[in-house]
Amino acid sequence: MTTTSVTNTEQYNYDVIRKFAIMTLVWGVVGMLVGVYIASELAFPALNFDIPYITFGRLRPVHTGAVIFGFGGSALFATSYYIVQRTCQARLFSSGLASFTFWGWQSIIVLAALGDVMGYTQGREYAEMEWPIDLLIEVVWVGYLVLFVGTLMKRKQPHIYVANWFYVAFILATALLHTFNNLAVPVSLFSMKSYSLFSGAQDAMTQWWYGHNAVGFFLTAAFLGMMYYFVPKQAGRPVYSYRLSVLHFWALIFLYMWAGAHHLHWTAIPDWTSTLAATFSIMLLLPSWGGMVNGILTLSGAWDKMRTDPIIRFLIVSLSFYGMSTFEGPVMSLKDVNALSHYTDWTIGHVHSGALGWVAMVTFGSFYHMIPKLWNTKMFSNRLINIHFWLATIGILLYITAMWISGIMQGLMWRAFDDFGNLQYAFIESVAAAHNLYIMRAVGGLFFLSGMVLMCYNMYKTIKSGSTEQA
Amino acid sequence: MEWLMWFTKFENTKPVSLVIFFGLFCGVVVYLYGSKQRGAQLESFKNIPLQDDDI
Repeated sequence: MTTTSVTNTEQYNYDVIRKFAIMTLVWGVVGMLVGVYIASELAFPALNFDIPYITFGRLRPVHTGAVIFGFGGSALFATSYYIVQRTCQARLFSSGLASFTFWGWQSIIVLAALGDVMGYTQGREYAEMEWPIDLLIEVVWVGYLVLFVGTLMKRKQPHIYVANWFYVAFILATALLHTFNNLAVPVSLFSMKSYSLFSGAQDAMTQWWYGHNAVGFFLTAAFLGMMYYFVPKQAGRPVYSYRLSVLHFWALIFLYMWAGAHHLHWTAIPDWTSTLAATFSIMLLLPSWGGMVNGILTLSGAWDKMRTDPIIRFLIVSLSFYGMSTFEGPVMSLKDVNALSHYTDWTIGHVHSGALGWVAMVTFGSFYHMIPKLWNTKMFSNRLINIHFWLATIGILLYITAMWISGIMQGLMWRAFDDFGNLQYAFIESVAAAHNLYIMRAVGGLFFLSGMVLMCYNMYKTIKSGSTEQA
Repeated sequence: MEWLMWFTKFENTKPVSLVIFFGLFCGVVVYLYGSKQRGAQLESFKNIPLQDDDI
């Protein structure tokens, strides 16, 4: 065994983790609430109330920003600081820098949301923030990298546990993606408006190189880091195969970078880039499923925990959704399937099976494990965790089923021809046909949001009964 | 410096990068599964998360 014994005087910086953990819950509620509202706007457009600030176009990036960067980002900061300290047996090397990343990141989320509702956008999906906020992100992110790597360097454990590899890859890749996707020229020093350095097909390819790898590194690699720590911890047994986790890491990291252009099939991009992206997307299935199998088989010999432990249920079901959406993704990246699925609600359903089923569920499971430890207590109610699990699961199923049906229906209606070669349906007919499914999607979102609110109540009662004194 | 022009052609660089990256991947697989002793040492690292409660 290669671990080094250390004295009990080592203290971890839990303060910054607690702050990020609380903000994860806050942004989860805010982001999902906005999500439910804009889903309702699509079903009942009158909910716009003719107020420009709350139209779908402005609130949609508020939703994606709050859930991806507010909820997901804060969860990643919290868990990465927790895991790196505990697996390296070292305190974060700078409390000041840790605090800077917290206040910097929260400011970014608030400024981005304000910019969105005010109508400031550079029109790049998941990167709507204009150039002053982009610069702030750059500074905070470099601080995050320095803090994480600095802590790794002062570790007392000789080996760097694989979860940390995933976090480092996520931090480095996000820095790269953010920098090159946001290369832009401001109109003037005092103007929020800027123009991209790229144009035409190159601009589109840069956007989707960023967009797809935001999914690959922000929403997948980093959350896999979370999985590789919290699944073994909660199961009380080591990960099924450490060597498989290393193979999973290198294969995933290498393959993801090439797949982005599958978002641009049948457009003006060169055909070979489209084929390359589809090929790499198919190959991605192997490491994705390797990682899923590795996570699920960690429970080998302890399957009864699925019945008795609702936290394990969250974690294992999240891995099942990870497996499902990483199968669906490669299928949708095939050009012929994409010809049907692109621009339809199928894509929205696919994204949410990953975002709700994988990202949010693995976060919930990890937080139910971590928060009691941060406050030296036990969860207030296991029954509420169980109810949260079922609300979330039913919500996801309603959401993705509605979007699958709606998406495939739209794809078929849009390319149906009559006997004379004319389009069989007007676009508005496909909108009208999707109305009930849009209501079903909003109801699914409401289920998921209810579970999130219940989690906040459970956490509030847990934190209230706990203490921040370190043992 | 004429030879550098060879690298500007995609039909050259694509197969070369394929060989390099596939070779690297094979190297990782051999490193992970090529030696029983190294394999046992690598597998021992999986216990790291379970030991942190004792610290």
